[in-house]
Amino acid sequence: MVDDLVVAGRSKGLPIINKINTHNANVFIGKLGDVLYKAVDKPLGMAINWGRLWSLWPVHIETACCSVEFGAASGPRYDVERFGIIEAFGSLRQCDLVVVQGTITRKMAPRLRLVYDQMPEPKYVIAMGACAITGGLYFDSYNVLPGIDGILPVDVYVPGCPPRPETLIQGCMLLQEKIKCMKPR
Amino acid sequence: MSERILPGLQLEKVDDRIMTLNVGPQHPGSGHMRIILKVDGDYIVHCDPDPGYVHRGEEKMAEYRNYITNIPHLERPVIHDSCNILYPYCLGVEELLGLEVPERAKYLRVIAAELNRCVYTQYWLGIYGIFLGHSTMFMWPVGDRELFIDLLEKMTGARVTHSYFVPGGIRNDVPPNFEDVCLRHVNYFEKRIKEYADVFYDNPILISRTKDTGILSREDAIKLGTTGSVLRASGVDFDIRKKEPYDVYEEMDFDTNVLKEGDSYARSKIPWLDMFQSCRIIRDALQKMPKSGSVRVKLKPNPRGGDTEVYRRVESGRGTLGMHIVSKGKPQPYRLKMSVGSFRNLIAMPHLLTGEKLGNLPPVYWSLNYWPVEADR
Amino acid sequence: MSSTNNTEIEKIEDTSLVSDTEKSLSDSISKKFPNVQITYVNPNRIRVNVKREEIIDVASFIRDELHFDHAESVSGVDYPEDNQVEVVYHLGSYTDPSLSKQILALATRTPREDIPHPGNDNTKLPSLYDVFPSVSFHERECFEMLGVYFEGNPDNRRLLLPEDWADIPPLRKDFAIKGR
Repeated sequence: MVDDLVVAGRSKGLPIINKINTHNANVFIGKLGDVLYKAVDKPLGMAINWGRLWSLWPVHIETACCSVEFGAASGPRYDVERFGIIEAFGSLRQCDLVVVQGTITRKMAPRLRLVYDQMPEPKYVIAMGACAITGGLYFDSYNVLPGIDGILPVDVYVPGCPPRPETLIQGCMLLQEKIKCMKPR
Repeated sequence: MSERILPGLQLEKVDDRIMTLNVGPQHPGSGHMRIILKVDGDYIVHCDPDPGYVHRGEEKMAEYRNYITNIPHLERPVIHDSCNILYPYCLGVEELLGLEVPERAKYLRVIAAELNRCVYTQYWLGIYGIFLGHSTMFMWPVGDRELFIDLLEKMTGARVTHSYFVPGGIRNDVPPNFEDVCLRHVNYFEKRIKEYADVFYDNPILISRTKDTGILSREDAIKLGTTGSVLRASGVDFDIRKKEPYDVYEEMDFDTNVLKEGDSYARSKIPWLDMFQSCRIIRDALQKMPKSGSVRVKLKPNPRGGDTEVYRRVESGRGTLGMHIVSKGKPQPYRLKMSVGSFRNLIAMPHLLTGEKLGNLPPVYWSLNYWPVEADR
Repeated sequence: MSSTNNTEIEKIEDTSLVSDTEKSLSDSISKKFPNVQITYVNPNRIRVNVKREEIIDVASFIRDELHFDHAESVSGVDYPEDNQVEVVYHLGSYTDPSLSKQILALATRTPREDIPHPGNDNTKLPSLYDVFPSVSFHERECFEMLGVYFEGNPDNRRLLLPEDWADIPPLRKDFAIKGR
């Protein structure tokens, strides 16, 4: 159909108008869209996702005992900084990952939701430890929330009490796999 | 900030000069608690600590579980110092049930308790460094403590939350060549922590930030009932391992470190000096330990105590940890009260922070050896 | 508080390890205050039961004459069968080297109501804040966990529980945790 246009353009006169009808124009725009998607949008989306998954910055919020294993994961032996996960010391407006480390009590729950709401999109949540998944060992305590599913949308659950630092790193890698398949919103 | 009012938060009258700041649960310099500050320019006028963000109701839960099934949840207030929290509990229950612990178990308990004390102190030093912006001081201690965590994993099977102490001894014996590996690790560890002096304790920036800030006098330290390294940095020589020895601490050869200044620098130095003494105790215990023997007394199912109460105390990484157990003849304790070092030192926080500059909050606050999860139980 | 209470702590029979320090401490207290009851004298642990009207005098005597200078813990125990709540102060000494092993448990009882209104019913005790300032945060915790109001404590607010806690104090025996 491109030849039609080229041939029509060379004739320099009115007869070209009946070659450019709506059907041909629709087909042209459709094929142009496919080419643009393959050439520009898909690689751009992959580049954006690549940038996001290698620089996940967690918010500096320590909720309970699993924070010790998170601290050990940031140490020199289980270096989680090589994945780009640096516990940024700025404000939470620059972070995009909330790692809920451990038990959430009734006093902490509104604050956790406030922190999540104040973060800009895109944001991800990892529930670390048995207490964050279902309440864990403290399932019958009067002050403990049975899991954070009710207040935050969780992406990855990392089980353990506390999970070893290697398990936490595997959880982060699962989150990276998930981000790779997401549409860059 | 949105205008949504959350239930229970207090509304305050706005003043022209005094500003209320929340050093809140989400803050790089606060840990798992909130400190409500009123500041006048750069000076703190009023300080109100607000703990309870990790209050999980340990004492209530203990009343519904047997003496043995209480062990996993009682050790979780400080997961990397779990042996020292279970120590007074096991000593108290052994007194209630009238059990006699075998000799080899006593020595292994002492070794595990000292390893745990070092693991806790290293993490605390790491966080102290990072609060002041010294990230090398985060990486070195957190990396060096992995040596002792490996040893504890050989002994107990878990990195943290060991559940190793049971009433009647310890859960199981150590693997065969444990003594040699332990001695090698302890010697290397002692060489490593000597290097902290070059990078941290003789660092002029640290000295100018922490010397003469937050001075706690000797009379105030005694009157407020502080404990642990906070007390020993103010000139009071009190360590339960020396004053009321338990298990085999009477046979161990070590000193108590006491400094007189009472400022943040002294409080940050005492736990580091205590780690050298811990290495001495571990070497001593490895030498004096009986080479074989049982490590556990077999208990009857559902052991019950009489109609009595006990109060035992132990020196943990943060100070004196006391447990008050009341039993009424049932398999569950009637009341279990933990008196933890962090909660007792909390009263020194408003006392020290009032009148300080806002920039001095991290050095003073974290030097009180305060672990928020333990204070909330 | 009568001595025919069926929830009283039993005496431990083995008194062979009790040294002179404990005996002299318990004798000096019972000589000065004939109304108190010495529950037990064990190696390094003594327990004294006091009525709530006398507790400030006994505590001042213990601080001034016997040189105990701080409180290690304040624990409240709920006895619904007697309709009483008991508060036990464990006192220790830093300044006197002969007393460094001793812990003196000072216990007192207060009546308890079936439907508690913390702060507004008669579960009240005089606070030991003026005698031992180290009890301030412990008494706050005891107030919110058991509903015992300490008169004289400058600060009786909530400490560990959430701000919107509307139930009865959690460490009472009629507060059952879920599922049990």
